[in-house]
Amino acid sequence: MRAQAVLLRAAALLLLVAFVARPQLFAFAFEPLTANNASAIYDQGSLLALTLSHLRTVFLATLASSVLAVTLGVFVTRPFGQEFLPLSRSLVNIGQTFPPVAVLAIAVPLVGFGEKPTFIALFLYGLLPIFENTLTGLADVEPQTLEAAKGMGMNARQRLIQVELPLALPVILAGIRLSVIISLGTATIGSTVAAKGLGEVIIAGLQSNNVAFILQGGLVVALLAVLIHGGLAAVERAVARRLGRPAGAATSQPS
Amino acid sequence: MNTISSRTTASGMTSLRSIPSLDRLGSVLALLIGVALLAAPFITYRANRIVAGEGRMLADALPSKPAVAVIAVVLAIAFCAAFVRKPLVRLGAAALGLAAILPAAGWSASFVTPDGNAFARVSPSTGFWLLALAFALLAADALARLRLGPWARLLALAVAAGAVALLLASGAWDDLSLLKEYANRADSFWREARRHLWLALGSMAAACLVGLPLGILGHRIRAMRIAVLQGLTIVQTIPSIALFGILIAPLGFLAAQVPLAAALGIHGIGAAPAFIALFLYSLLPVVANTVTGLDQVPAAVIDAARGMGLSRRQRLVQVELPLAFPVILAGIRIALVQNLGLATIAALIGGGGFGTFVFQGIGQTAIDLVLLGAIPTVALSFAAAIVLDAIIDLTQRGAHDRH
Repeated sequence: MRAQAVLLRAAALLLLVAFVARPQLFAFAFEPLTANNASAIYDQGSLLALTLSHLRTVFLATLASSVLAVTLGVFVTRPFGQEFLPLSRSLVNIGQTFPPVAVLAIAVPLVGFGEKPTFIALFLYGLLPIFENTLTGLADVEPQTLEAAKGMGMNARQRLIQVELPLALPVILAGIRLSVIISLGTATIGSTVAAKGLGEVIIAGLQSNNVAFILQGGLVVALLAVLIHGGLAAVERAVARRLGRPAGAATSQPS
Repeated sequence: MNTISSRTTASGMTSLRSIPSLDRLGSVLALLIGVALLAAPFITYRANRIVAGEGRMLADALPSKPAVAVIAVVLAIAFCAAFVRKPLVRLGAAALGLAAILPAAGWSASFVTPDGNAFARVSPSTGFWLLALAFALLAADALARLRLGPWARLLALAVAAGAVALLLASGAWDDLSLLKEYANRADSFWREARRHLWLALGSMAAACLVGLPLGILGHRIRAMRIAVLQGLTIVQTIPSIALFGILIAPLGFLAAQVPLAAALGIHGIGAAPAFIALFLYSLLPVVANTVTGLDQVPAAVIDAARGMGLSRRQRLVQVELPLAFPVILAGIRIALVQNLGLATIAALIGGGGFGTFVFQGIGQTAIDLVLLGAIPTVALSFAAAIVLDAIIDLTQRGAHDRH
């Protein structure tokens, strides 16, 4: 069962790389979807370059939101930040009701067209799941464990770095995974505001009524999402195993 | 949770006894209010819809006496945020602040616009948004500390909605650019609003009709659960524009081949692919939470029900589903909030909804048009989240009582 899953992933990765690098090889598969001799493969730019810039935006935004969200999560669970805890909890709830498109659209007039509004939308939207999971992860650390650490003579900082964060890590990683997956999809919408990314392919397809383009863009993003999801989940399982926890204890459900 | 917070406030009190205790969050908000008041323009004035605007500070945006009054109110609230800890007082202060700046924005629009000038546009600017943000945060913090029950939360939502409706009906905002955009499109606004609601609610209802039985089956049959949940997880990873777009092809084919489908209004482009895409997206939360909810029913309860002679079907309807109901509702909440947001994308494939204004606005770089689509969307998702959270609390309480 597991070997089969790994094999399936490897095949998907191979297919993805081959398609992005040499899309013309796959033209036969998309030809039936086109009409009036429209081209079957996106030809207004390199798929590889678009994929890389898509991934770069998602990576940078997630990195930025991970750093800030984990810092904030630690801050509001320390005694000196406690006063911010109730508000930050309700902000997480409120923030998740904001549709990503709205965030994106509101960012445009402030910073102009291009990558910047997409980055801002991904960054802001990505904060929520990571922050929420950081809070959950830190709250789930058992009081007895903390008492034991205190009894061993650890100060507050040592407890945080050597006990609390490592124990919360699988849950935090699950938050990061969720955030990456949301960002991969949202970044495609970024192309409506002229960000370089795979959304360009889909939008070109919508505008010229070419289903082949729409399918290509969508498939590449979906394959990326499935592969990254699988990869990050494997990392989580490895971390959880090191902690002696049952694998898959971290949930990806946002609530 | 309770013990931690009471411990820290106690220690905070002892260390700060000499000073009237300064609220950390409140001081940050007071600082934000100060910056918004002194360093950011309250409104932007533009000679017409497209040209760049010039900012006006609050003092120049209103006649002098009311301007001083509004500034005094805002400063008093900043003081209150920094020094008063009672949540109810802070909530009142935040409400007062919003009640001061919301009409003030409308009034300043009438004041700044030259008489009879139909082209001039006035929009709220950074200062206004920062003040509104600070007051909203103050209110959110107070509400979180008050730990209101479900009915009180619903009442608060109704009061807020009523206040906004009153403000809109009174015409106080009519000179704001946002309302001018609305006035130019009043008919299409309500048409798109109905379309948006129909897309989001209709697809969610369909997802419940299909998802509940799927979830019940998935709870019983393990192999099916894995297959269904994995399939739906993959659907969730397909970006929304792509899924909307991909569905155009089969539906267009269907409409061309089956006259009945076309007669029912199913076309390749338009609402049909959007409806189906939203339906597919909302299946996962509904099915997953139905499975989880049913799994969480304690085995002892089911044994007891069996002991009482209930049949399998009776156990499901009378015991398991009622106990799983709060969790299922939580899934419905996720689906609904997600749908209300995603329905904006439908506009890209001609499906209508509030996204129409958002994408038109992006195309024309007209922020007020973007806001005309974005604000109702956010307000709807927000209201839906509050209402469903309250219902979940109520059913949880009900399930608890029955337990």
